[in-house]
Amino acid sequence: MTAVGWAQISIYFLLVLAVTKPLGAYMFRVFEGNRQPLPAVLGRLERFLYRLCGVDPAREQPWTLYAFSVLAFSLFGFLVTYAIERAQHWLPLNPQKLGPVEPALAFNTAASFTTNTNWQAYSPETTMSYLAQMAGLAWHNFTSAAVGLAVALALARGFTRKVGSTGVNTIGSFWVDLVRATVYVLLPICVVYALFLVSQGVLQNLAPYREVVTLEGAKQVLAMGPVASQEAIKMLGINGGGFFNANSAHPFENPTPLTNFVQMLSMFAIPAGLTYTYGRMARDQRQGWALFSGMAALSIAGVLCVYAAEARGNPALRGLSRLEQTAGNLEGKETRFGLAASALFATVTTDASCGAVNSMHDSFTPLGGLVALVNMQLGEVIFGGVGAGLYGILMFVLLTVFIAGLMVGRTPEYLGKKIEAREMKLAMLYVLIFPLLILGFSAWAAVAPYGTSSIANAGPHSLSEILYAFSSGAGNNGSAFAGLNANTRFWNLALGFDMLAGRFLMMVPVLAIAGSMVSKKVVPAGPGTFPTNGALFAALLVAVIVIVGALTFFPALSLGPLVEHFAARAGRLF
Amino acid sequence: MISRELRISIRATVVTLVLTGLAYPLATTGLALLLFPARARGSLIADQYGRTVGSELIAQSFASAGYLQPRPSAAGEKGYDATSSGGSNLGPTSKALRDRAATELQRLVAENPDATGPLPAELVTASGSGLDPHVSPEAALWQAPRMARARGVSEERVRAVIEANVEGRELLVLGEPRVNVLLVNLALDWQFGRPPLAHR
Repeated sequence: MTAVGWAQISIYFLLVLAVTKPLGAYMFRVFEGNRQPLPAVLGRLERFLYRLCGVDPAREQPWTLYAFSVLAFSLFGFLVTYAIERAQHWLPLNPQKLGPVEPALAFNTAASFTTNTNWQAYSPETTMSYLAQMAGLAWHNFTSAAVGLAVALALARGFTRKVGSTGVNTIGSFWVDLVRATVYVLLPICVVYALFLVSQGVLQNLAPYREVVTLEGAKQVLAMGPVASQEAIKMLGINGGGFFNANSAHPFENPTPLTNFVQMLSMFAIPAGLTYTYGRMARDQRQGWALFSGMAALSIAGVLCVYAAEARGNPALRGLSRLEQTAGNLEGKETRFGLAASALFATVTTDASCGAVNSMHDSFTPLGGLVALVNMQLGEVIFGGVGAGLYGILMFVLLTVFIAGLMVGRTPEYLGKKIEAREMKLAMLYVLIFPLLILGFSAWAAVAPYGTSSIANAGPHSLSEILYAFSSGAGNNGSAFAGLNANTRFWNLALGFDMLAGRFLMMVPVLAIAGSMVSKKVVPAGPGTFPTNGALFAALLVAVIVIVGALTFFPALSLGPLVEHFAARAGRLF
Repeated sequence: MISRELRISIRATVVTLVLTGLAYPLATTGLALLLFPARARGSLIADQYGRTVGSELIAQSFASAGYLQPRPSAAGEKGYDATSSGGSNLGPTSKALRDRAATELQRLVAENPDATGPLPAELVTASGSGLDPHVSPEAALWQAPRMARARGVSEERVRAVIEANVEGRELLVLGEPRVNVLLVNLALDWQFGRPPLAHR
């Protein structure tokens, strides 16, 4: 660990704090304001898109129709991507003449990108045509991010709208949220962002792969492609699917320490900003800051652990004569980033449900890998995905308010609205589906021969690889302990369902809660009201998140990374 | 109600696909090629005779004693395959990782009899991409005696070339100091001519 490393990490969190308010205020104006920004340019595009889609922007939807629209739109997107993958050899922009993607893999990939997971069981360089990458995959990077944002806004409206006795039960229009998220937030930022990336060395062309002859006379083929446009939305939309197999470790995706820093910043930008947007919607900015501080505390704790663990070097290399590991564990890490920027990236990407990697998590020390795993298993609520992080943590807020209510013996309420049995049942459904998916699928894969045959590393690390895969899938993260060969029929199908269930089975209860909360009466806060906008609440929230996660996953984690840690300390190799 | 939402779903699918899946990447490609043509095409570099010898950003295999050697690569079967990027994914308690590192260590020590000091671990660890174009200044300087002897020049002159190619941290704090292997090798060839090549 170095002072410069700590400086880099500190500056990072200060900058996240600095973008939260302006971006959050901008998003509030976009989605809830009376007049959208830049009406002359973007407003015209917005209205044009409404006309093309046949949307009446003034017509709001009740939660059932909102959920139906989310599911229908996602289903069509899924089908189109599957079709593009299967037919890419007949379509243009395929200079490498790559053949059709095999059905189970195409299913897995379509599910992966529809759910904002971007789990990659394929090697992009040798599997996907440029068209499949642009129109099949990067398209979903926009739409799945917009869908997440929309659902979060719908839930926020459910909590914060005061409809009085009008009986209004609508939670906004999914189509309006989708179009505005795309037109005002994702697209304009991405155009600028992509060009910045190109200026630093990220590729952006449609040329065939380039062959060169090296100084020693050997041939090298350089993969090409429209990388920067995909890279920008991959990070901003917290999708994480690399244009290349090595993802953000690849110098053509992430060429300099500066691009690396900006990529990390863009992962937290929208989810951090959304906490501010939420505070604005709740007409109490401190409601948003309470969420922000809970998230930030968990994230900073994670970075400290990963950085400290990785700085100790790789246990497998300990004791080799003449070898110096003062720079830490460098297996799977890039020289230009070094240890601090790799530890920070690994934490941010697993906090934010992004899944992009600038170093290979499979080669992290046992405790470094453990933190990445735990970050996902806490439910992707440490900033979390675009929108998904906010609605995820709001589910834990309900749980916290409920527990606090039990302690003082009062009906729990949140933002002046009573939390009743129906909402708690739905919130518990959200909380329970997640570990059921992870532990259920992991148990299955760990005992089935077609599950274990894909494992790359022996010993306790093999269980970590399985747990990591299903945690990443259900949490819609997409990063991997990538030694695991996930491109088999079992793994493609199991992870495909893991991702779909982890996205949509959890989104529907969220929208149902939005629907049941929106028309509830608001009662003014009294002396018995438990305040949800202070440090006490943030601390309680963090405790609930950690306790729920620890109770659920500790047994499994103790058999994987924890056993491996103690084995490594005892000098055992597998 | 339901059928209206279904109709909108289909239209929105097509509209977003055209806007964000086609118009956006194609327009970005056009702008990128206009504004940063060399970068957008892969930061290719040429040697002193104008031959394109690689990309500034992508590692290549260098086996000859006179050239600076990059970190080990797990990209593709033979390493440094720029169409098959990736790391080794060997875990922290992997016997295979220790064996690979020990073999690599032995080779390096044998090929660098005059090298002094401990060997920086990055020279026996594979990078995440397998295409890491850099090594740390320490790892480059460690190889200087070997390169100097193979080229028949003094070690100081080789060290000077390496030191002139050190790239510092960006904005004072970001990343780590490093040297670009291919750029150093081009600079060495420029100054001292081409070294004898190893049999491949």
